[in-house]
Amino acid sequence: MVALSNFLILAAILFGVGIAGILINRKNIIVLLMSIELMLLAVNTNFIAFSYFLGNNTGQLFVFFILTVAAAEAAIGLAIMMVLFRKSGTIEVDKLDALKG
Amino acid sequence: MGTHLFSIAMAVALLPLVGALIAGLFGKKMGRTATHRMTIMLVGSAFVLSCYLFAEIVLLGHPTVEGVLYNWVTSGTFQFDVSILLDRLSATMLFIVSFISFMVHIYTVGYMKEDPGYERFFSYVSLFTFAMLILVLANNFLLLFFGWEGVGLVSYLLIGFWFKRESAVEGSLKAFIANRVGDVGFVLAIAAVLTYFNSLDYPTVFSHVTLLVGKTMPLFPGLHVSVITMICVLLFIGAMAKSAQIPLHIWLPESMEGPTPISALIHAATMVTAGIYMVARMSPLFEYSPVALSLVLILGATTCLLMGFLAVMQQDIKRVIAYSTISQLGYMAVALGASAYDTAIFHLITHAFFKALLFLAAGSVIIALHHEQDMRKMGGLAPYMPITYLTFAIGALALAAIPPFSGFYSKDAIIEAVHLSKTPGAHYAYLCVLVGAFVTPLYIFRALFLTFHGQKRYPDKVNESPWVMLIPLIALAIPSMIAGGILITPMLFSTPSMLGASIFILPQHVVSTALATDFQGAKLMALHATQTLNFWLALAGIITAWLFNLGRPQWAELLKKRFSWLYQIFIVKYGFDAFNQVVLVEGSRRLGNFFYKVSDLIMIDGVFVNGSGKLIRLFARMGRRIQTGYLYHYALAMLLGLAICLGWFIGF
Repeated sequence: MVALSNFLILAAILFGVGIAGILINRKNIIVLLMSIELMLLAVNTNFIAFSYFLGNNTGQLFVFFILTVAAAEAAIGLAIMMVLFRKSGTIEVDKLDALKG
Repeated sequence: MGTHLFSIAMAVALLPLVGALIAGLFGKKMGRTATHRMTIMLVGSAFVLSCYLFAEIVLLGHPTVEGVLYNWVTSGTFQFDVSILLDRLSATMLFIVSFISFMVHIYTVGYMKEDPGYERFFSYVSLFTFAMLILVLANNFLLLFFGWEGVGLVSYLLIGFWFKRESAVEGSLKAFIANRVGDVGFVLAIAAVLTYFNSLDYPTVFSHVTLLVGKTMPLFPGLHVSVITMICVLLFIGAMAKSAQIPLHIWLPESMEGPTPISALIHAATMVTAGIYMVARMSPLFEYSPVALSLVLILGATTCLLMGFLAVMQQDIKRVIAYSTISQLGYMAVALGASAYDTAIFHLITHAFFKALLFLAAGSVIIALHHEQDMRKMGGLAPYMPITYLTFAIGALALAAIPPFSGFYSKDAIIEAVHLSKTPGAHYAYLCVLVGAFVTPLYIFRALFLTFHGQKRYPDKVNESPWVMLIPLIALAIPSMIAGGILITPMLFSTPSMLGASIFILPQHVVSTALATDFQGAKLMALHATQTLNFWLALAGIITAWLFNLGRPQWAELLKKRFSWLYQIFIVKYGFDAFNQVVLVEGSRRLGNFFYKVSDLIMIDGVFVNGSGKLIRLFARMGRRIQTGYLYHYALAMLLGLAICLGWFIGF
């Protein structure tokens, strides 16, 4: 029997990998998007684990919402990325500093 | 009974105002003749009405009339009315002011005949008359101040009447600024009166004076002064500026840049005597302050003597008379200081007649010589202008205090009053006025001899002035001859005297009773003049003037060389102007420059305006370093922020 803590540790690791992907990644915006997905999945894992162990299905319901939103977000993110690439000719994170003060 | 006198007094004051407004607003449309007819008619009716008031109040002894025209300001417990006080003093002043103003109005028709500002001039003169009458009639300090500023304003306007001349503009500015200095004192005095009496009405203030005797107020920490002395000294600072006492006399000679009728009306007969009138009016206050009386006495005596010397040195005929006016105002101040208020007002009246006469006669000469004022270019005019000469001579004799002309009585009374006075400084003042009695005839007869006697130095033909100018001269010459003899008994030696209860004198200050023991009537006084020192001094003055100007002119040159250092002091006018220029004008310019550089440029511009801008730019320069534009930096900041918030939330 897998304990709740094991699920939570897995989720935390996933979340940490996602954060690290955002912070460390200097190359590709696609990796950035993937990292965000990873963080969302970590949250999903938490939801399902708690739902299962506490016997409340509401958590699983939320997972569906999150998956939907994540899909929509990925679609929009990729679309923005396409436009960005057409405009600036690059999707390298290090080159995108238009907000520099 | 009193109400109709009140209405008449209001009419006397307001008729000239109506004239001033009409002449000022519609003068150009009405044309010259209609303007001068209208204003002269209005001032003339004011004069007739004031004659009636004079007769009712002074001659028939009608009791004092007080009346409120309307309530101007009510603020808390303080109420300020436009109210008038018609007593013996103000009725007398009303008569004098309206008479001189009437004469000057008539004279102006001739004097200003060719001037483009004819209507404007009449408007100003009428406005002046209004302000002066309000000043005289006021029943409280604020209305007095209103009249005081009104005459000051018109004086400024009229000195600068020929505003295209630079010297006239400068003169008017000087008069205005010098009077502002005095006004500071005057306003402070009014404030002090309001603080300590809680009222500005004369009757209330005067009836409560005794309550304040011995009360002190802090001036600086550790220095307490008597309240009454403080008020009186501040009031006298106001009077010093208006009545041209040292050291605020500097503006009066410059005021001669204005047209001559103005010099006669404002700067000789009426406005400059406002300070004297005010002190006499405030006699219940001044009586309780020996310090203030001493100050008035000493300053008056100094002014009287020093300005008399300067008059001897002037070459401009109007400036001789201007310095003479300052000197005579000094005489009046001496009389005030000696608690002889009646005598001061007496001299004010006779002086108004003969000094207005002298100015108008000088104006007649100036017009005849086409605005030539330098006496060195005159001379020998007597045969060409007999009436002007005669009237000028009468004025000169009256000023020189030769019996039985009017100036003799008033000046003799002043000298005797000072002689008997016990105010501290009276001995010094007595010496000054005695020397002054010698200097006065010296300068005025010097002017007379230089102008009318000797060689004719003016190249063109000279004609006597028109009758419209000569009639006022004659009308002023008559009272200059006889007013002194007529007025001395009622003014000084009858009970109640002509000014009656308007003047308050403490019993221990009264000098007129001591004077009265020697007095046996005006005629005898004139006959016995040969026994007095001042008569011989006056005669000596005339003879000296003759010697140095006609008999032995080379002696004057000799003296000038012998005492060149003294001559230089007189030429620079004791350095008052230089002092003002160097210390006050340059000093305030430097001070202004200093503050401009330090507080304006460095403090306000540098620190506050530009400094705050620079500070924000500095912060912005540091702040923009944070904004790298890299996505992961923002994400890190978000995460750090989240971590801190969570840490905070869990930690507590």
